[in-house]
Amino acid sequence: MTDISQLSEAEIIRSARRSEKRFALLGLSVLSLTMLVLLTLIIDFMVDGLGRIDYDFLTSFPSRRPNDAGILSAWVGSALVMIVTAALAVPLGVAAGLYLEEYAPKNLITNLIEINVTNLAGVPSIIYGLLALGLFIQMFGLGQTIFVAGLTLALLILPIIIVATREAVRSIPQEVREAAFALGADKWQTVGGYILPAARPGILTGAIVGMSRAIGETAPIITIGALTFIAFLPPSPVGPEFPFINFDWLGSPFTVMPIQMFNWVSRPQAGFHVNAAATGLILLAMTLLMNAGAIWLRYKLRRAMR
Amino acid sequence: MTRLSPSDSASLVTQIKVAPRALNAVPDLRVDVRNLDFYYGTFHALKSVQLPVANAKVTALIGPSGCGKSTLLRSFNRMHDLYPGNRYEGEIMLLPEQLNIVGRDVDPMLVRLRIGMVFQKPNPFPKSIYDNVAAGLTIRGISSRSVLDERVERALRQAALWDEVKDRLKTSAYGLSGGQQQRLCIARALAPEPDVLLLDEPTSALDPIATAKIEDLIDEFRDRYTVVIVTHNMQQAARISDYTAFMHLGHMVEYGATADVFSRPADERTIAYVTGRFG
Repeated sequence: MTDISQLSEAEIIRSARRSEKRFALLGLSVLSLTMLVLLTLIIDFMVDGLGRIDYDFLTSFPSRRPNDAGILSAWVGSALVMIVTAALAVPLGVAAGLYLEEYAPKNLITNLIEINVTNLAGVPSIIYGLLALGLFIQMFGLGQTIFVAGLTLALLILPIIIVATREAVRSIPQEVREAAFALGADKWQTVGGYILPAARPGILTGAIVGMSRAIGETAPIITIGALTFIAFLPPSPVGPEFPFINFDWLGSPFTVMPIQMFNWVSRPQAGFHVNAAATGLILLAMTLLMNAGAIWLRYKLRRAMR
Repeated sequence: MTRLSPSDSASLVTQIKVAPRALNAVPDLRVDVRNLDFYYGTFHALKSVQLPVANAKVTALIGPSGCGKSTLLRSFNRMHDLYPGNRYEGEIMLLPEQLNIVGRDVDPMLVRLRIGMVFQKPNPFPKSIYDNVAAGLTIRGISSRSVLDERVERALRQAALWDEVKDRLKTSAYGLSGGQQQRLCIARALAPEPDVLLLDEPTSALDPIATAKIEDLIDEFRDRYTVVIVTHNMQQAARISDYTAFMHLGHMVEYGATADVFSRPADERTIAYVTGRFG
């Protein structure tokens, strides 16, 4: 330890400024390194794949000839699987998070559940794939369908949404709860009317972070046996006849973008590698777009409250 | 009336010393606190507290930090029930219906539907001004637009906020200044027309001008609302209250007409406090 009393005030300030600068520099370099890696990846993808992306690429089925192949079935599959995942994971995750934070009695069982939920977020995704294979496909006989894929990814991101919901709910000041209760509100009026709307931006962010993770997942989808070559689309969710909406697509075989990419990368022909890069670029763009959407929505919701 | 020296036994000290004049001046009780004990877990925060609350008058609770005045106020609408491990013993009688507010078989929600509260820090909901004032009404199941409109306007007028916000009822309550937010909270508490209005140091977070506006409001509530206000500001208690109760270390030390408590306090501790020797 240096004896501070021996330093002049100017020296103390100088030394403080120096360590301040050192830390700022360290932070900046770490940040730039991360950005550089991402940038390299994007540029590499662009060099390889950007020229390949055109209307035909988005509207063609896979083919044996690299130049005719497209990702129609893959992006439609990804979109439909995401719809199922969101429809299952968001309501369940938000409800579970609300229950744990606002309703659950603080006892041993609740603590055990909380620890488990947090740990579930770190379970490797292939484990979820094996669970889905054993439970949904072999035991329940649900088949290698869009529904099972959505269900599996929903399980995978459920802990993320639960944890995000709990964080968002916990950050609502106690005064808001007391204000509602003091007006004579019951628990649900307080939670549903005042806590949940105020927690919406945080919950939304968590949900989209979860969805961004799910859209890129490959391992569990391979495990449940998504096909790598699909030359047809699932039945349309909207029909021309009453009731204009049907759910047959849930039972359809499917493929998703990461699997299509994985398949093309493992082919020997160079043309398929270009296709893979193009698919990767679109996948990245979709993820970034989802994140941008989350930021924009959060900004809108926060502004609406201020 | 006996004057006790500080060396008297604790049980005697806990007895409330009500000046005969003050008793005569309280013909009409709205709430009567009888032998109330309150525990935060094992901490004995209120000790056999007695307090008459006059109908349509302003009753101030004063005392040094930690004396239990906020604890007593938050017993009136069972706010302590929100947290585990708290326990009441004794009675807080809501009159004339003889409802024991802290009775074990009394639902805290029923109590809170009858008794409104304004908190120390302005705590509007992150919603529009209109929705804030209407909150207590919608909780009570009122959904008719015209009824809501009328009662929101009436509450905002009572809180002297109507003219300032009538053109921006649909904008966020967070856009208001601190003083306006606190008056909004008062309007929110008044809209359901509570039997008793509790104010927990409502001006401690506000500047002097906003404080004066709130004090004017409380002054106007006299003869219309039964108000119980906690304040750490003795001048404020002297200015706005009809009756004042002085608490110390969980005991109700002295209660009486405000003028008597401040000009002729009976207890040594009250004398010390109102003359600024501690607190």
